[in-house]
Amino acid sequence: MDEPRVDELTGRPTMGHEFDGIEELNTPMPRWWLWTFYLTIIWGVGYTIAYPAWPMVSSATAGLLGYSTRAEVSADIADHNLSNAALVEQLNAVDLAAFDPQSDLHRYAVARGASVFRAQCSQCHGSGAAGAVGYPNLLDNDWLWGGDLENVAHSVRHGIRNETDTDARYSEMPAFGDILEPEEIEALVKFVPTLAEADWDSAGGVLFADNCAACHGDLGLGDRSQGAPNLADAIWLYGGDSESLTQTIAKARFGVMPAWGQRLSEEDVRAVSTYVHSLGGGE
Amino acid sequence: MALIDKHAILERSPTLLLTFSLTVVTIGGIVEIAPLFWLENTIEKVEGMRPYSPLELAGRDIYIREGCYVCHSQMIRPMRDEVERYGHYSLAAESMYDHPFQWGSKRTGPDLARVGGRYSDDWHLVHLIDPQSVVPESIMPSYAFLMDASLDGERIGDLMATHRIVGVPYSDDQIENARLDFKLQADPDEDWDPMVERYPGAVVGNFDGQPGITEMDALIAYLQMMGTLVDFSTFVPDDSR
Repeated sequence: MDEPRVDELTGRPTMGHEFDGIEELNTPMPRWWLWTFYLTIIWGVGYTIAYPAWPMVSSATAGLLGYSTRAEVSADIADHNLSNAALVEQLNAVDLAAFDPQSDLHRYAVARGASVFRAQCSQCHGSGAAGAVGYPNLLDNDWLWGGDLENVAHSVRHGIRNETDTDARYSEMPAFGDILEPEEIEALVKFVPTLAEADWDSAGGVLFADNCAACHGDLGLGDRSQGAPNLADAIWLYGGDSESLTQTIAKARFGVMPAWGQRLSEEDVRAVSTYVHSLGGGE
Repeated sequence: MALIDKHAILERSPTLLLTFSLTVVTIGGIVEIAPLFWLENTIEKVEGMRPYSPLELAGRDIYIREGCYVCHSQMIRPMRDEVERYGHYSLAAESMYDHPFQWGSKRTGPDLARVGGRYSDDWHLVHLIDPQSVVPESIMPSYAFLMDASLDGERIGDLMATHRIVGVPYSDDQIENARLDFKLQADPDEDWDPMVERYPGAVVGNFDGQPGITEMDALIAYLQMMGTLVDFSTFVPDDSR
């Protein structure tokens, strides 16, 4: 091969090939670029020595720094737990029935509970705790199973009508579609929304007293010991229009809540209960 | 510098360049992929893992068909914020029977690796029919049409046999009873004990509340078992892995 021609204008050698009179200059990579490139290779080798990298027989080389993702996350969690340990211990020891809402511990519980609520509860009860159809509003003071802190904590810990916790709150409304005639259900659908000023002599009133009062109370004010809702107020869990009421009475409802005591730590159960209790309706 | 000068030979022949590029990429690939078949942390066995029940497997196919993975990942990363929100970080063994796995990296919606048991069956039903009715800020589309697509499980045994070919240890007994188990899981009124015996931890229920088995039943059965098989109160992760 001939020596490449040197371009007169730039003083650089050419690559030695030429297409239709166009030639390519042989311009080397800039030094700084080349050295950075070599450095990254050296860095790469050093990195595989410092960190887990090379696959061996049963595991990869551990690396001189002893880094492990699993160890890091458990250390991270342990650190966090340690910095909360004193408060957590107090929270787990506090008597919920006499939890002073002015105390620092209560403030801690509410703050901790708020983040638990957003991660675990908001999907059903809403990010603002206002509930959805079938999932109770936790802001008001209408409670199905009791609204004092201990009762709220019990509902959170054991859940409602689930099959995983034997202490879950349980009650089951019969499907009156199998028990009553369609016209009787219709009468009840008309009667129930008027409970506040009920005409007990109407057909619906008699049917209510015979079929519903056993659980929902003589005046339809509900019974918290079995989670029977108050039907005389303006709050409806599944809707108060006649279509929803017909569905509720004929097919019954069976709202399920998981037992959070099986998923959350004791302190998280207490914290989220305190948070819910503090939202406005707590008793 | 003789070797470096030989570079020109490769650059001048497309065939050689292609052959050598392929060789280099192959070596890189082997080094990255092959060890996954023998390193302890990717093949460790964890107690509780079992192949999917027939109904769950059908639900998983619907999950894939509907592209749920486009918005939902199925891998909880080992980081505190993830563990606090979703539960214990995912283990490789938890997707050992996934063909293909659904780890994903795109989270428009939350991670679903441990969604099982987190919500009631009813919540899933309402949420799949109209997500905004329970989560107003959600942008998930409605999947109400799954209620209308009935499944008869006719090919479910074949599907399981196919999974067996790629290494899922379905027993003959399981494949033989595939269609029976498929129906038992969606019918709480039947005697479903033998099904749960074959697939411990399977969730039984008429999830969509209507007679017959629909794609909705299958999908919810799948969702309700996700991430529930390993008992993390007894499992101690080995930090070195």
